[in-house]
Amino acid sequence: MKKLLIYLKDYKKESVLGPLFKLLEASFELFIPLVVASMIDKGIPAGDKGYIWQMCLVMAALGLIGLVCAVTAQYFAAKAAVGFATKLRHGLFAHIQSLSFSQMDKEGTSTLITRMTSDINQVQSGVNLVLRLFLRSPFIVFGAMIMAFTVDVKAALVFVVVIPVLSVIVFGIMLISIPLFKKVQGGLDRVLGITRENLTGVRVIRAFGEEEGEIRKFDQETDALKHMQMVAARISALMNPLTYVVINAGLVALIYVGALRVEAGILSQGQVVALVNYMSQILVELIKLANLIITVTKAVACGNRIQSVFEIPAGMESPEYGSAKEITQTGTVEFDHVCLRYHKGGEQALTDIHFKAHRGETIGVIGGTGSGKSSLVHLIPRFYDVEKGSVKVDGQDVREIPLEVLRGKIGIVMQKAVLFQGTIRENLLWGNENATDEELWEALRTAQAEEFVLQKEKGLDEKIEQEGRNLSGGQKQRLSIARALVKKPEILIMDDSASALDYATDAALRKSIKSMPGKTTVFIVSQRASSLLHADQIIVLDDGEAAGMGTHDELLAGCQVYQEIYYSQFEKKQESGAK
Amino acid sequence: MKAEKKNTRQKETLIKVLRYIRPYGVLVALTILMAVISVALTLYLPILTGDAVDRIAFIFDPSQVSADMPAIWAGLLAILRKMCIVIVLTALTQWIMNICNNRIVYNVIQDIRRRAFARIEELPLKYLDAHSHGDIVSRVVADVDQFADGLLIGFTQLFTGVITILGTLGFMLSVNVGITVVVVVITPVSLFVASFIARKTFSMFKLQSQTRGEQTALINEMIGNQKVVQSFNRERQTLERFDEINDRLEKCSLRAIFFSSLTNPCTRFVNSLVYTGVGLTGAFAVIRGGLSVGQLTCFLSYANQYTKPFNEISGVITELQNALACAARIFELIEERPQEPDRADAIVLGDVEGSVELKDVSFSYVPDKRLIENLNLQVKPGQRIAIVGPTGCGKTTIINLLMRFYDVDGGSIAVDGRPIRDITRKSLRTSYGMVLQDTWLKRGTIRDNITVGKPDATQEEIVAAAKASHAHSFIKRLPDGYDTVIGEDGGSLSGGQKQLLCITRVMLSLPPMLILDEATSSIDTRTEIRIQKAFAVMMEGRTSFIVAHRLSTIQNADVILVMKDGHIIEQGSHEELLAKNGFYANLYQSQFAIA
Repeated sequence: MKKLLIYLKDYKKESVLGPLFKLLEASFELFIPLVVASMIDKGIPAGDKGYIWQMCLVMAALGLIGLVCAVTAQYFAAKAAVGFATKLRHGLFAHIQSLSFSQMDKEGTSTLITRMTSDINQVQSGVNLVLRLFLRSPFIVFGAMIMAFTVDVKAALVFVVVIPVLSVIVFGIMLISIPLFKKVQGGLDRVLGITRENLTGVRVIRAFGEEEGEIRKFDQETDALKHMQMVAARISALMNPLTYVVINAGLVALIYVGALRVEAGILSQGQVVALVNYMSQILVELIKLANLIITVTKAVACGNRIQSVFEIPAGMESPEYGSAKEITQTGTVEFDHVCLRYHKGGEQALTDIHFKAHRGETIGVIGGTGSGKSSLVHLIPRFYDVEKGSVKVDGQDVREIPLEVLRGKIGIVMQKAVLFQGTIRENLLWGNENATDEELWEALRTAQAEEFVLQKEKGLDEKIEQEGRNLSGGQKQRLSIARALVKKPEILIMDDSASALDYATDAALRKSIKSMPGKTTVFIVSQRASSLLHADQIIVLDDGEAAGMGTHDELLAGCQVYQEIYYSQFEKKQESGAK
Repeated sequence: MKAEKKNTRQKETLIKVLRYIRPYGVLVALTILMAVISVALTLYLPILTGDAVDRIAFIFDPSQVSADMPAIWAGLLAILRKMCIVIVLTALTQWIMNICNNRIVYNVIQDIRRRAFARIEELPLKYLDAHSHGDIVSRVVADVDQFADGLLIGFTQLFTGVITILGTLGFMLSVNVGITVVVVVITPVSLFVASFIARKTFSMFKLQSQTRGEQTALINEMIGNQKVVQSFNRERQTLERFDEINDRLEKCSLRAIFFSSLTNPCTRFVNSLVYTGVGLTGAFAVIRGGLSVGQLTCFLSYANQYTKPFNEISGVITELQNALACAARIFELIEERPQEPDRADAIVLGDVEGSVELKDVSFSYVPDKRLIENLNLQVKPGQRIAIVGPTGCGKTTIINLLMRFYDVDGGSIAVDGRPIRDITRKSLRTSYGMVLQDTWLKRGTIRDNITVGKPDATQEEIVAAAKASHAHSFIKRLPDGYDTVIGEDGGSLSGGQKQLLCITRVMLSLPPMLILDEATSSIDTRTEIRIQKAFAVMMEGRTSFIVAHRLSTIQNADVILVMKDGHIIEQGSHEELLAKNGFYANLYQSQFAIA
C-alpha cells in the first residue's frame, strides 16, 4: 500500500489542507464544552441573560465556522482522493500493458481486471475517508484529553487511564478480527467458485446425475462460511459493549474525582460538566473510528493487491532506438539452437530448434497438441525470451531490436481471433493507422473477407460488438487475418488461424497470400497437413523438438512423425501418393 | 403510479424476507427485548449523571455547607454505584443483541443461498442457457452479501435508532416540555437537508457509474486481449483512449463525491444548532428555577443522542432499500419455474440395450424460429451414428434433446422403446457417456474429476481408464500425479489435456450409450488417432452418436446423418453418400482438396 502513495504526490496541497481544515473544525467542536461550562458557572448563578445569549451566539458561530471548515475539508479530500485514484488507474493500466506474455499468463487477466476496477475504487474511498476522518478522530480523543488537562490536571488523569485502555481494546479487536475477515472472504470465494462451476458445467453435472452431490458440497461450503462469519462476528460484537463500559466507567470515576475536587474547592460544577462532556465526545468519536477502521483495512488490503501488481517488474527490457544496427538481411528469420522454458524448473517447451527462413519463403509448422508450435512462432515477435540460443530477425538478435520496431515488422494472427468493439474499419486500422480504404479492401480481399464485408449494410463502417459477438468464428478469423495484412508486414505469422474456415476457403486464402506483392516471409502453423503441402520448408515438432525439417516430399520419405500425421488425414490416398 | 408499483413490490419482498426470518422468531424476540432494555438503560444513564452533577452542586454551593456532608456523599456514592450497574447491564444487553443479530442474519442468508443453489440445480437449461452466468453468480454471492449487510444494519441501527428517538422523547417530555419542543422542531431539519442533498446528487452518481461502466468495458477488452494489443504495438493508443475516459471519470467522480459528502457537515451543523437551542432555553429555565443544572447536562446529552439516530436513519433507509432490491433479485431466481419434475411413476432405466427412436420430432429454441421439424431416426442397438453439417444446422440441438436437456416441442424420443418422458432424468442421462466440445473440469484433484461418474472407482480402474484415453502419460508427469489439484476450469492444463480428462471420465464409467460432440477438436490428429482407437473399443456394442467437423473421424460410422437447417438432408454410410454425389460428397471433396 505504501508505495502507492507516490500517486498522491501531485495532490500534496490537497492532502495537507483537507485534514488541516478537518482539524480546525474539530478544534472548534472542542471549545463547545468550555462555553457550556462558563454558561453554567457564570451566566446561570448570576442570572445574566445577556451573557447566556452571548455564549449561545458563540456556540452557533463556532458551529457555522465548523461547517465552513468541514465543507472545505471535504472538497480537498475528495479532490485528492479522486485525483489519486485517477493517477493510480493510469499508472496501473500502463504498467499492466507493459507486462510480458509470460507474466500475463501467470497473473491471469481476470484478477488484473478486478484490481483495475473494484480494488482501485475501494482504495479511493479509503483515501478519501482517511483524509477526512482518520486524523479527526484521534485528534478529538487526544484533544479532549488535553482540554481536560486545562480544566483540571488531577481529574484529567482519568483520561490518561481510559484512553490507553480504549486503544488496546479497539486495536486488539481489530488485529484479531482482520485475519478472520480475510478468512470469511476466502469462504465467500469458494461459494462463488462452486456456483460458477455449476453453471458452466451444468451439462456434465446433469449428465452424470450429480446434482444432489453438488448441493451437498454447496451446503458444506456455506456451513463453513457461516461458521467463519460467526467467529469473526463474535469477536467484533465485543467492540461496542467493551468500549461503552470503559468510557462510562471513566465517567463514573470522573464524577467521583470531580466531587472530591469540588469539595476541596478547586473545581466548579460547570467544570465538572465540561469534563463529563469531553468524555462523551470521546465515546462518539470512538464509535466512528471503529467503523472507519473497517473501511480502511479493506482499502489497505485492496491497496496491497494493487501494489503486488506493480511489483511485477515491467515486461522485458527493450533496447533504445538508434541502437539498432543497419539491416542487411530483410525478412529473414533465424533460430540458432533455441531452447525455451516458460517457468523456472518447469519442462522445456522447445529444445534446440535450429533453422533459417529466407525472405519470401513459406514455412510450415506442424505437430501434436503441446508440441511447441505456438511457442516457436511466439518467439519471433519476442513474446517470450529464449532460455538458450538466439532468435534473429533481419540478421539481428531480437533482443537487440527495440520491441516496437521488431513488432512493427511482423504481422501475427493468433489462434483465437480477437476483434474489438468498434467498426470493421477501426479494427483493420490497428494494422496501420494511415491505411487508405483501398488498402483495407485489398487486405480483405486477400483474407477472403471481401465478400461478407460487402454484404454488410454499412460495409467497412459496420459495427462489431464486444468480442465480435455478431460475427461467426470464420468471419472473425478472416478479419483478424486482414488486420495483420493491413500492416503489410515483412513477416506474416498465422498461428493455426484458419481452423474455423472450411477447406475450400482455407485453400483460397493460402493461394492469395502466396500471390501477394512484395516478398513476405510467411509462417503457417497448422494441424492440417493439407495446409502446408506447398511450404518451402516444414518444421515437424514433437514434444518441443524438431522431429524433421524439409519439404513435404522429403518429410514424407524420411520423417516418421510427419508420415503419421499425414496418413492420419489422407488415409484414402495413401497408395496413390498425393502430390 | 410507478412509485406505487415499486412500493407494493417492496412490500412483497419484505414479506418474503420476513418468511425467511420466521424460523428464527425466538432470536428476533430476544434481540428486540435486548434492544429495548439497552436503549432504556442508555437513556437512563444521563439522568443518573445529571443527578450526580446536582449532588456536586450541593457540595459546591457555599450556602449548603450546613447541610449534612456525609449524607450528600453517601447519596452521591449510591448514584455512582447505580451507574456502574447500569453500565454493565447495558454492555451485556448490547453484546447479547449483537450476537443474536449476527446469528439471525448469517442463518437467514445461508438459507437463502442454499435455496438459490438448489434451484439452480433444478432450473431447465432453457433458462440457464439464456441467462448470463455472471449475473446468476452475482445474485447468489454479491446480492446476498449486500442483503446481509442491509439486514444487519436494519437490525442494529434502524431498530435501536427508532427506539432511541422514541425513548429520548419520552424522557425529555417527562423532564421539561419546553426544551423538548425546541429539540423536536429543529431536528427534522437535518433529515430534510440530507434528503435534499441525496436527491440532488443522484444524477451525478448515475453519471459516475455510467462512466465507470464504460471504463470497465474498455479494461476488459484491452487487458483481456493484451497479447493482440502488444503484437500490434497499440499500447500507446490504448492508453490514450483509457486516459480520455479516466479524465472524464475524474471530473464526474469529484462532483458526485464532493456534493454527497456535504451531507455530514450540514447535518452536524443542524445538530449544533439543536445543541445551542437546548443550551439557551435550558439556561433560561434554570434561571427561572424550572430546571436544575444536572437536568440541563442531562438534556444536552439527550440532544446529542436524539439527533444522532436521525442522521443515521436516512442512511440506513437507503441501505435497506438497496438490500430489498438485492433480495428481490435473489427471490426472482429462487422463484423461477423449475423444470417439470420427473413423473411419479417414472421408470428407472436399468440394462439399456441401446435402441433409440426419434419420431416426428420438432423443436425450436425461440417460438417463432423453427429449427428442427419432423425429424425421424431409428437407431438399432450398437449402431454408430455420425452427425455432420455446417455450423448452426442443429447438430448440438439433437444432443440436447437426446439427453433431455431440452424437451421436444412435438413428437417423441424413445430409448429401448420407452418414451424418455416416462424415464427418470437421472437414469436416462447416466445411460449416456458424453464428451462435449466445451471441456469442463471442476476445481479439485485430477482423481476427483475422473471419478465424477463413478465415485467408488479403484486406483487400478482409474489408471486403466486414463491409459485407454492416453491421458495417463501426462497425468503421470504432473507434480502430484492423480492427486494434482487443478484450478477452476482446468487451470493450467492445455485444451487438449482437458479434453483427454473429459474422455477419461467417460472411459471410467462406461455407460451403455455414447455421445461425442466434437470430442477431439482440440487434440492434434496424431493423438486423435490413438484416441479414436480407444473410442473404437469403447464404442464396440454401444450405441454412439458422434458430432464432428472432421470427416476422417466419422468415416467408419454405420449411419451418417447430414444435417442442414434442422433437417436431415442425406442419410447413409460413407460410401453410399459419396456415391450419391450430393452435399456430403461435396463437403468431403473440399476437405481433401489440394491447394
